[in-house]
Amino acid sequence: MTQRLVVIGNGMAGARTVEEILARGGDFSITMFGDEPYGNYNRIMLSNLLAGVEDEAGIYLNDLSWYADNDITLNAGVRIERIDRFAKKVYATDGTATPYDKLIIATGSSSWTPPMKNVHNPKRGFHQGVFAFRTLDDTRGMIRYARDHERAVVIGGGLLGLEAARGLQNHLSDVTLLHAMGHLMERQLDEKAGHMLQASVENKLGIKVITNAMTTEILGKDRVTGVKLADGTVIPCDVVVIAAGIRPNTQVAADSGLTVERGIVVDDQMRVQDEDDIYSVGECAQHRGNLYGLVAPLWDQAKVLADHITGRNVEAAYTGSKLSTKLKVAGIDVASMGLIAPETDDDEVIIYSEPKKGVYKQLIIRDGALAGAILVGDNSKAASLIQSFDRAQALPEERAEMLFDIGGPAGEVKPEDMPDDAQVCNCNGVSKGAICGVVNAGCKTVSGVMDKTRAGKGCGTCKPLVQRIVEWAAGGEAEEDPAASWYVPGVPMPKPELMAAIRKYELKSVSAVFDKLVPGGEHDAKSKMGLASLLKMMWADQYEDERDARFINDRVHGNIQKDGTFSVVPQMKGGVTTPAELKRIAEVAEKYNVPMVKLTGGQRIDLLGIPKEQLPAMWADLDMPSGYAYAKSFRTVKTCVGSDFCRFGVGDSTALGIAIEERYQGLEGPGKMKLAVTGCPRNCAEAYVKDLGVVAIDGGKWEIYVGGAAGAHIRKGDLLCTVDSAEEVIRLTGRFLQYYRENANWLERTYAFVPRIGIERIREIVIEDVDGIAEALDAAVEEAVQSYKDPWKERAVPATPGQFRTSLPLTVLPQVPVRS
Amino acid sequence: MTIAPIAETVLGPIDEIPFGEGRTYAVGSDMIAVFRLRDGSLRAVSAVCPHKGGPLADGQIDNRVVVCPLHLYAWDLATGCSQSGQPPINVYPVRVDDGHIILGD
Repeated sequence: MTQRLVVIGNGMAGARTVEEILARGGDFSITMFGDEPYGNYNRIMLSNLLAGVEDEAGIYLNDLSWYADNDITLNAGVRIERIDRFAKKVYATDGTATPYDKLIIATGSSSWTPPMKNVHNPKRGFHQGVFAFRTLDDTRGMIRYARDHERAVVIGGGLLGLEAARGLQNHLSDVTLLHAMGHLMERQLDEKAGHMLQASVENKLGIKVITNAMTTEILGKDRVTGVKLADGTVIPCDVVVIAAGIRPNTQVAADSGLTVERGIVVDDQMRVQDEDDIYSVGECAQHRGNLYGLVAPLWDQAKVLADHITGRNVEAAYTGSKLSTKLKVAGIDVASMGLIAPETDDDEVIIYSEPKKGVYKQLIIRDGALAGAILVGDNSKAASLIQSFDRAQALPEERAEMLFDIGGPAGEVKPEDMPDDAQVCNCNGVSKGAICGVVNAGCKTVSGVMDKTRAGKGCGTCKPLVQRIVEWAAGGEAEEDPAASWYVPGVPMPKPELMAAIRKYELKSVSAVFDKLVPGGEHDAKSKMGLASLLKMMWADQYEDERDARFINDRVHGNIQKDGTFSVVPQMKGGVTTPAELKRIAEVAEKYNVPMVKLTGGQRIDLLGIPKEQLPAMWADLDMPSGYAYAKSFRTVKTCVGSDFCRFGVGDSTALGIAIEERYQGLEGPGKMKLAVTGCPRNCAEAYVKDLGVVAIDGGKWEIYVGGAAGAHIRKGDLLCTVDSAEEVIRLTGRFLQYYRENANWLERTYAFVPRIGIERIREIVIEDVDGIAEALDAAVEEAVQSYKDPWKERAVPATPGQFRTSLPLTVLPQVPVRS
Repeated sequence: MTIAPIAETVLGPIDEIPFGEGRTYAVGSDMIAVFRLRDGSLRAVSAVCPHKGGPLADGQIDNRVVVCPLHLYAWDLATGCSQSGQPPINVYPVRVDDGHIILGD
């Protein structure tokens, strides 16, 4: 049954929450109340409006037609003065009462006026010439008044005050900024950074700044003629703008008996404390003791609230936000996140300061993670710092890399500097112009652009650049794709929730997952392979194998090639073979006229160009197991000669490689797993750049490296541990691979997974067993090992009708040249 | 949308195609991929991907689209329209009659 949803507040929080609810197909009849007589607009853009770089039409998020189109009743300019939580009604100042089933309070905040004499006129609110800087009406009034006057004073040296001062310069010639504290933006910047910013604001912009300036009185009888400070200084002016901070609007909640401390107290579902049907979101809400005055947390809150209230995910939880800001303050780059000063003796502080250029950079590092950063005058590294801060990523050894681009590949190509025809995705040949075209046509999410252009869908190394271009083309802010955290695109859940739901409902086939977990039960071709892999990992031999859920490679156990033929790669454990096997491979290659015989990078023999219908016969003639040159699975263990013949070898890498391959052959995962064992640190088997690499070192010990790569992405693996025996290597290999299988995102290779989790954390889990799950990991991988079956045995009786029937078209194939 | 006219042809027993998969049939000089959706209904489209000639019958499907196995471009099975900026593919009328796949009107 359709429920009645009432929303008090039509600002950014209220409207965004409603958007999120609509996007989830929430079945509500919605009524919204807003103080202001407009649709909803982007309050952050008021600065631009004041500065004249944006007109009013440009700041609306949703105009009035949006409400009509979505059947939302908007009561604009109507204020709610009381909530009756027992009768479930809200009462407005116009005398109406509106019943609700669910209520959302998104009343935001108001501008705060510090105590000053003469600031109010008894008849008309503020004294003539005095303005707050909070609403569209404030801004309109300010622009109108400033036009006919010459000197302005802005009270408040935070972000808003700086923006107001900069904007006012557009309308009058003389602007003075007063700040009651010792330095500007003291909440975001330390003293040095604040002074640097002040110098830039004064020298570059010509705004006078006075700090430690407590305004005590507004001067002037009918209209403003100046302000007076605590020390007696008088500053003559005819416009005063107050931007000294905001206070949450909690009056209506407090008057109605809801729990209000500094803000309206909510739980992790954004539900008001002790209320079942009342929620609060945005600046008026107090979550785990915190109030948030930025938009990013608000978006997160809106999503959780929408997930919960629509039943899409009733357990969705908001757990708080790490605050970071990156902006141009009055034309000067500023970024700030986390701590602005060290708090303990162990906090590392790294500072770079170049006062003449107005550049200041400070990092605070705690326990190897970024705990805070300040940038003034140069924001080029802000994005990567914010990312490190948000995700607590491992930091580079060379800390200076976090502050500057030092040598190496130029990390950050600027989209604005690239010509339109510059090729961004070298795999699929996508230009910057093509990406911008898709964005301009209305697709503003990174994944949407990737789907439409296929940019970033090859080797994936250009993905960060694609993201930067989309953000740039979308005017700074790409839209967040709700699907970005989902394991597969067609099931709206991140991996842990997906796995929990699969277990809870005992979903053992891919179609069962779609039917149960996708609203509307819609199947999605692009999600099938990821789900099949996940289910097989979770259920081992209980997995209900639907063949259509497999990619063609996994249906016929060979790798499809550009002409629609397949490759046959027999197993050759550890790269070791025998003359008899070689002979058999040669005979089969001759018998079937194999167009190309090729050694692979993983030390095997590749028979290429095999028509699908010949696969079963060739497998039978070879009578060797599959070498897994397809599938997102355990591939090979590359080895060197090791101790048998090598003059330098200190460990029997060949034997260990074979043992590992024998045990974990065919193990499926979220991505390919390529391994190597090398007999000494000369590293002939290239073990440092494998998903898992083992290196024999002197004294009978073995080092295990994880997260290496030498494909499109190059990374030296991190040392997981050093062990004494081959058995220990085999056991820990399985445990690490199982942890990766259970926790990595779909198609996330270990070179991304290991740095994301952090090698220290992985060591804690896999080696030290801090979480107490080592035994479970060992048991799970053992179960997977036991359920292994050689897929090439599936040749006598096809698993499905026509499994090996040709799909090759008769005529138009691009022919692969045969080399002689 | 390109619905190509084609003479009525019996392609074979429906059991030749497992649910959720496709198989290729030669019809005259054309190659046509027929898919049997999980809901039991059939779709028929040209068998060759117009991008690089990939065998569409080897692609993965859901109830709406087929994804070419070579470069993962997707086409709508009902209209033949590309979802990824490629040329459209032909779609053909197809139905089941007495356990057999009948192509054409």
